[in-house]
Order: sequence, then C-alpha cells, then structure tokens
Amino acid sequence: MAIGKISIGFTVNNEPQVIQAWPMARLLDVLREELHLTGTKEGCGEGECGACSVFLNGELVNSCLIPAAQAAGATITTIEGVANGEQLNAVQQAFIENGGAQCGICTPGMILAAISLLERNPQPSEEDIRNGLAGNLCRCTGYMKIFDSVIRACQENN
Amino acid sequence: MRAYLPDYELKTPANLNEALRLLANEPGVWQPFAGGTDLMVLLEAGKLAHKHFVSLWGLPELRGIEIGDDAVTIGAMTTYTQIQRHAVLREEFPMLCEAASLTGAVAIQNRGTIGGNIANASPAADSLPALLVYEAELELISTAGARRVAYRDFHTGYKTTVMREDELIRAVRLPRATAGWRQHLRKVGTRKAQAISKVCIAAMARLDGDIIREARIAYGSVAPVPVRVWNTEALLKDQKIDSATINAAQAELLKELKPIDDVRSSADYRLQVAANLLEAYLGRLKNE
Repeated sequence: MAIGKISIGFTVNNEPQVIQAWPMARLLDVLREELHLTGTKEGCGEGECGACSVFLNGELVNSCLIPAAQAAGATITTIEGVANGEQLNAVQQAFIENGGAQCGICTPGMILAAISLLERNPQPSEEDIRNGLAGNLCRCTGYMKIFDSVIRACQENN
Repeated sequence: MRAYLPDYELKTPANLNEALRLLANEPGVWQPFAGGTDLMVLLEAGKLAHKHFVSLWGLPELRGIEIGDDAVTIGAMTTYTQIQRHAVLREEFPMLCEAASLTGAVAIQNRGTIGGNIANASPAADSLPALLVYEAELELISTAGARRVAYRDFHTGYKTTVMREDELIRAVRLPRATAGWRQHLRKVGTRKAQAISKVCIAAMARLDGDIIREARIAYGSVAPVPVRVWNTEALLKDQKIDSATINAAQAELLKELKPIDDVRSSADYRLQVAANLLEAYLGRLKNE
C-alpha cells in the first residue's frame, strides 16, 4: 500500500505553519528539520530524558513520542517561543543567573518542565520541584543548580 | 535501526464510527494508536512490526469521566494526568490515581491513556493491578455493538487479550464500592520516576477490628499478565492479622506467583519483594 506524506497545519510559537510529513514522523524531527527549531533536543529518543520537551496545546509532552499526524491542528510552543521578544521568561533568566545550564542539552526541556510546573503550582515545595522535573535528565548531573534556578524563578514571580 | 517512515500509516478518523468501520472493513489491517508513549518507542527502535494504525487520540467519544450512582466510567483516552486530577477518583479510587502518578513522569502522564495501557497489555503496567482489585469492567465496542467484559477475564496470556481485531476499548467502568476498604498501592522500580516496575502491588481490605473480612490483592510484573492472588486472598479471609497470618499469607503468595528473569530484575528478587510488599501492607493494616 503506497502511503504518501500528509499535509499538517499547526501553530508553532504563535506562527501558523503547514508542512508535509510522513504521518508517523516524530514531532521532534519535524520541528528541527522542517522548521529549523533546533532548540528542541534529542536525548534518548524514547521518552525517558525530557530533552525534547515541548508544549502541545499547553501540556508538556516529549516530542519524540508524538507522531506528526497527532500534532495536526495543535498549538505548539518550543523553547524558542517562551521569551516575550527580548524579555526572557523568569525561568530562563533564573537559569542564567544561577548556573542552571552546563552543556545545555537538557536545558530547553528543563526550562519547559519548570514553566509547566510553575503554571500548575506557583509555590512548589522542593519535593514538588523534584517531581515536576523527574522526567528530565541532566547528564552533567547539575541538578542542584537547576533546582536552585527554579526556586529563584518562583521568588521572581512573586 | 530506525523505522522506515514511508512504510507507516497513521489515519485520523473524524469520529468513533469511522474508526470502527475502518477496523471492521479491513480486519487485522488496522490497529489502534492511542497516546503513543509505547508504540513510538518501538517505532524509533525499528521494532514496530505493525504498519497501519488508526489514531484514537482525538476522538471525543472515548474521552471524559462520568460519575454514575453505581459506577465511574472512564473513557479509554483519558490520560494519567486527567485521572490524577479528578476529585471523585482521588477520593474513591486512590490506588488508580497513585498508579497514574507513578507512571513515567509529567510529560508521559500527559499522553499516556488508561485505554492504551490496558490494550497494550504489558504485565508491568502500573494501573492494571489496581483495576483488578477494583473489579473493573471494560466496555468494548465495534460496528457490531458494545459488550462488557470483566477486566479479570481480559488478558489471556502475555500481551494477548479477548479483544477482537474489530474492537476498541471504549471505557473502563469502576464499581463505586470502595467505602470502608483500606487501599494500598506500591511500586518498586529502579528509581521513582520513569522506571518500569520490577514489582507492583495493589491491595484493598475490609476489616472488623483486627479481623480481615475480605482482602483483594493484585500484582504486576510477576506473571505474564497482571494477577489477582486468589489463594492468598482466601487464606486471609476472616483471619486475625498477626505474625502467624502474615507468614502463612507470604508462603501462599510465593506458591501463586510465577515471575521471570528479565532485563529489569530476576525472578528470585521479584518473589522476595512481592512477599515483602505483602508483609508491609498487612503490617500497616495491623498498626493503623
């Protein structure tokens, strides 16, 4: 059975896009290779590490596990879309000021997971922060500075 | 090696009837695809053998949690996040909410669905032991109509079920009969988040002082399917909780379970942990 690419329309970082993709192409690859949004990283490619996290209709997801066909019509936000123009998101700013990034591969996912947590829970306990970031791995093991950055972002938000 | 994407099809039906017609008209050709948290992993590893899928994710007929007088009905595409946040489920079915919170982490819980977890039929799935002890029923649907199947009869072997090729799980039905039962769920894995279970227990009991009137106990990851341990339950009925009862129950349990050695753990370790988890649960009942 011949299967063709399908046309998929969605909104990415507030811009409407239409792309051609295989239905089972990973959203991760569509974002990086079709839209050149390379802030979204690939770590494990199996939903364990969180490096490919994006917001899909406002919810944190692993973009390596989303087939393109299921992203049709969706509103997507990647790390490139969380700043407001030149104004960084409070979480981004806190990561810069508190050494929350080392090699940087996990950073986009960590920041999106932290933003997702603070939207649901603006005053997280340390345990809440650990749970909220439990799906994101840092191979540099810089977790303490990452947690510090999130705590700092909460303080900034107040 | 990665999958060759042009071989794979994922159709997005407009509604449930269209999905069911697709399954009925070309039997065996189409398989359901829910949140993708398991199938996409297989795809990336080049191990997704089936090629033609029907996406159920967007179908409203498979969503929503309905609260009836006698039962709660959870649509198959309800996510783990939605389960955890639901007030009635938290109050009456805390084991299911706990299992949902222990599956993967936030991003997985936003995509993983209860129906996908059941149909995927992994013996290591965290929500399935809870469904067994809640005596859940599944509503299966096809173009031929709907039927109900007791969840305990659903799995027929490793990753095999009674579901026909033309059927989907429409919903899970949980009887609202948990008042007065003491519920407990615990998962043992390599780490708290993301890890797949080595052993998982779901247990609930009705007590009269320190006498167990009725106990229901199920395990995941210790057999080809999630299992109720009927003989252990029978042994506990109308027994006083003391060390003799606990020892006898553990001995019975070890006769009932048939775990295997695999990449995540060994059979011996699983048996030991399963027995420890039973002791911990019964000990908690005794002390509370």
